[in-house]
Amino acid sequence: MRPLLRLALLAAALVAALLLATRVGAVPLGVREIADAVAGEGDPTTVAIVRRLRLPRSLLAALVGGALAASGAVFQALLRNPLADPYVMGVAGGAAVGAVAAVALGGFAASAAPVTLAAFAGAVVAMLLVFRIAAAAGRALDTRVLLLAGVVAGSFFNALILLALTFADADSFRSAIFWMMGSFSGATWRGDALLAAFLVPGLALLFALSRPLNLLAVGEETAAYLGTRVERVKALAYGVASLVTAAAVAASGVIGFVGLVVPHVVRLVWGGDHRFLLPASVLLGATFLVLADALARVAAAPTELPVGVVTAFVGVPFFVWLLRRRAAA
Amino acid sequence: MSAWRCEGVTFRYPGAERPAVDGVALEVPAGAVTAVLGPNGSGKSTLLRLLLGTLSPAAGAVRFGGRAVGEWSRAEMAREVGVVPQAEESPFPMTTRELVAMGRYPYLGAFRREGPADRRAVEEALRRADVEELAGRLVGTLSGGELQRARIARALAQEPATLALDEPTAALDVAHEMAIFELLRELGHAGTTVLLVTHNLNLAARYADRLVVLDRGRVAADGTPREVLTAELVQRVYRWPARIVAHPGPGPDAGAPQVVPLAAAACGTGPEGASHVA
Repeated sequence: MRPLLRLALLAAALVAALLLATRVGAVPLGVREIADAVAGEGDPTTVAIVRRLRLPRSLLAALVGGALAASGAVFQALLRNPLADPYVMGVAGGAAVGAVAAVALGGFAASAAPVTLAAFAGAVVAMLLVFRIAAAAGRALDTRVLLLAGVVAGSFFNALILLALTFADADSFRSAIFWMMGSFSGATWRGDALLAAFLVPGLALLFALSRPLNLLAVGEETAAYLGTRVERVKALAYGVASLVTAAAVAASGVIGFVGLVVPHVVRLVWGGDHRFLLPASVLLGATFLVLADALARVAAAPTELPVGVVTAFVGVPFFVWLLRRRAAA
Repeated sequence: MSAWRCEGVTFRYPGAERPAVDGVALEVPAGAVTAVLGPNGSGKSTLLRLLLGTLSPAAGAVRFGGRAVGEWSRAEMAREVGVVPQAEESPFPMTTRELVAMGRYPYLGAFRREGPADRRAVEEALRRADVEELAGRLVGTLSGGELQRARIARALAQEPATLALDEPTAALDVAHEMAIFELLRELGHAGTTVLLVTHNLNLAARYADRLVVLDRGRVAADGTPREVLTAELVQRVYRWPARIVAHPGPGPDAGAPQVVPLAAAACGTGPEGASHVA
């Protein structure tokens, strides 16, 4: 029962983080005010702040953080590479091409629905393209080729983005950069619900792959001898983790660091069994991004910092400390 | 009774000029220890992969337990054959017990929880491979010999009737190497079919019931150690002069043929030219 207890504690931490994130901001709120506002009572401005702004925004941060951390853990196992993150396969690059195209060519604002759709479409195209490149090289999917294909595709997408930005006007340029920095400011209940409807089955599928991923992490040949249908697991893990990442990126732009670091923190503290690693990464990633977004809102108020800056500023020193502590032990 | 039976098995890696395995016919007897020997690049590991179904032959047939290997699902195969492959990665932290518990996956599939029978099998495997005290240690902190025993324990946790090992003692010191061969003999006596690929001719001659020698993808010799290990064979296959002496004893393997490679100078010619030896 100990792992379940740990997950319960992580879930409690997420709830506490959501509460804290709802309290802080330009108008600080008490727990009582929040409770009233959720029930629809009290000052209408407070109700609007809680129900229309802060809650949907924090929930979006939680969904994106959970999705990125889980898919980061899966890519690290699939590629057997601790440096892998959700973006290493070019999905983020593809999403950015889609979003920048919609902003620069379509003239949409960064948080408009067509930009989200274009980003998602770009991510899916990137995923299929990279898979096609890697699978064409031989019959079995070689994850080293997959990684290289992802990196190459990512570089190409960056070139496409620079090309699009070169011809964009100043407003579109700003919107495109704003999108790429990542933000939760456009959150709505509908958007959150849509994202959740997409992520829940995706994450459930990834959880179902926990045992095969445990085996894959020690090597494909060993995994096969322990009863795994390796090719099927690899294709499924790649496809689902890519789609989960695509949805997260489409909803919020490219937010770095969560997908790389959160799985490592879970592994360093509690070990690498994916049956625990994946749900724990979801909860910890969600908590981390909720807090990072809250900090991004208040740290330099009234200016809002890009949330990716906060994740890096908080995450990097913590990760370095954790690595050094482990090395010393 | 034979565990494996293959006929005319041929496999060529893409772009290679000659087949890695070339028309191999072989029977691996059940309930005995069989060692596959041969120089580097003679096709030992490739043959093992063909027997285990991770490679498919371009020609010929491989049968395991009376059925074509290709018809076995990976999970079915994993319940019958425990494999200790040559190389393995461990990029993420994991304890020895977690590593060994992976041996239960063929019985559990994706969702079933470990039951008492699984925990018993894991503890029993830890005990038989003598890694009980290491159960809580991280795999990354184990020595080469300890890690190899842990990997054998994982294969034993599969409760297999057959064990296949690819150079299980490469890079181990003499005591660790002996301990592993002793363990394999013990398993063989207890009825487990053991198939191992090794470079150690002398330990193979002492501990295996049967030797198969490969040379450039073909079977150069196949039989009991006394039948197979001759100076002529070592010269022909390894292209190096050697003498064969009897193991002096004491012990159950006294009298087993032992290969003593000679200095090139002892024959008055270089290794390529040395053709006449005792």
